[in-house]
Amino acid sequence: MLELRDLHVYYGEIHALKGVSLSVSGGEIVALLGPNGAGKSTTVKTVSGLHAPRSGTIQLEGESLVGLPAHEIVNRGVAHVPEGRHIFNRLSVFENLEMGAYRRSDARIPDDLDRVFSLFPRLKERRAQVAGTLSGGEQQMLAIGRALMATPRVLLLDEPSMGLAPVLVEQIFETIADINRHGTTILLVEQNAAVALEVAHRGYVLETGSIVLAGTASDLIQNVDVRRAYLGE
Amino acid sequence: MDLQILVGIFPQVLLDGVSLGFMYALIALGYTMVYGVLEFINFAHSEIFIAGAFVGVEILLGLKSAGVLEHLPWVVLLLLVLLAAMLVSGLLAVLIERVAYRPLRAAPRLIPLISAIGVSFFLQDLIRLFESIWRNAFNLVYPTIDPLTVRFEITSTIDVPLKTLVVIVAALVMLFALQFIVKRTKLGKAIRAVAEDQPTASLMGVNVNRIISITFLIGGAMGGAAGVLFGVQYGLINPYTGFIPGLKAFTAAVLGGIGNIPGAMVGGLVLGVLEAFAASYLSLLTGGAFGAEYKDIFAFSILIVILIFRPRGLLGEIVRERT
Ligand SMILES: Nc1ncnc2c1ncn2[C@@H]1O[C@H](COP(=O)(O)OP(=O)(O)O)[C@@H](O)[C@H]1O
Ligand SMILES: [Mg+2]
Repeated sequence: MLELRDLHVYYGEIHALKGVSLSVSGGEIVALLGPNGAGKSTTVKTVSGLHAPRSGTIQLEGESLVGLPAHEIVNRGVAHVPEGRHIFNRLSVFENLEMGAYRRSDARIPDDLDRVFSLFPRLKERRAQVAGTLSGGEQQMLAIGRALMATPRVLLLDEPSMGLAPVLVEQIFETIADINRHGTTILLVEQNAAVALEVAHRGYVLETGSIVLAGTASDLIQNVDVRRAYLGE
Repeated sequence: MDLQILVGIFPQVLLDGVSLGFMYALIALGYTMVYGVLEFINFAHSEIFIAGAFVGVEILLGLKSAGVLEHLPWVVLLLLVLLAAMLVSGLLAVLIERVAYRPLRAAPRLIPLISAIGVSFFLQDLIRLFESIWRNAFNLVYPTIDPLTVRFEITSTIDVPLKTLVVIVAALVMLFALQFIVKRTKLGKAIRAVAEDQPTASLMGVNVNRIISITFLIGGAMGGAAGVLFGVQYGLINPYTGFIPGLKAFTAAVLGGIGNIPGAMVGGLVLGVLEAFAASYLSLLTGGAFGAEYKDIFAFSILIVILIFRPRGLLGEIVRERT
């Protein structure tokens, strides 16, 4: 479904991605793990068009995404929940969700809104509230709900557990698994490998811009290196 | 000092202040919208404003020399001139952004500001050049549209010309239309989203550059309309006329809370009314020691005091943000 091949991305002189290749098949949750500064965010930002790769290819179901502006890539079926959530603080919860459906004009928008509200009942309660006043967990729910309003084929999630209490993390990841069961393919970026590998089918480990390890979730959990580096053992 | 005079002229002065204030408000919208979206002060906006005034005067002078000015109903005339000025000023603003600001968007803050000042000088002299070739004139006078000079007598000491009422009504209509667009439409939501977070807005499918162009279009159009109303109200314009009202409108935008649309209206009104009162009352109250020419010092002193106590402006909001 989503295929990255030999991706090189630079920030000026900084060589942030040094030939990253990875693939996500339809229906999968694939985890992209790695320490801070490894290039995980850069990878998903390049997929969604916020950064341009210097070389390499990105294909969604065989169609190239490279060179398309970010606002066109959403149309192709890729939604991106950015690291740090980036909800629109000054818009209401409801308006944030409407922004997620910005490129749509079909009649199914109210149904999708209902679905988001049933996934996250808290958002329904707070629909008229200014989004900047939500708690961290609610903001993460809103960021995910907003992305779902684009009815993506592939959902890019960048560190959804960041800054959340363990209970909330648990809850968010259950929802992520649920979204996936309903047919959405997910590329899940996480520093928190333990939680991510619980829901993911496969995973990749990125270090300083290169993939150093790949395998099924159970392989990666078993892998001693991963245990040592990311599970704190 | 005659209390009766002071009280007697009060409504008249208030009315003058309000109409001046609405004019500032309309101009201030251009500053505030662009600032709201780009956090950038478009110093060329005073020339976008005066360009609208020139479009208006050229059309009216053209109609006059064609001998049709007297035969058209004033509403038609005014709408025609307003729409033409809004179109030209709006497109001018879009063009300026495209040519002089967009290439500098990644540059440090100061750089586009310098570019804006450059554009401002360039436009002043371009208008001057055009008018000196085309009419061999520096100052242009708006032809009088007779029905607009009809005065309505409110009391024996107070009367208002129709044009003052027209300025107020036109400004109110535009301010409310704009507020509606920004708060209630999909375009407005996109503008607010871009104002807050451009990369994330683009992730939603918003074409950020297009929204920025539309913002300049709307702000420029409001400026152009203000230009025509300025010409109709005060009559005389030249290529450098935009500077002072532009500066005051910018002040009004800051006073109201820059980036805030109702703030521009409130700021404009406060400034306009202060200025009108200073102009009429300073000399009366000080026994002639300070004349009307001190009005700006008085008005701006009060502004400084207000901003000391409310540095975000009268309606500047404080948004609680958690991360
Ligand atoms: N906007 C930027 N400008 C310059 N360097 C950046 C920028 N964003 C990220 N980097 C650098 O690129 C590398 C990868 O960053 P990032 O993709 O954010 O890592 P991760 O998401 O894995 O923590 C880091 O060395 C980081 O410092
Ligand atoms: Mg990151």
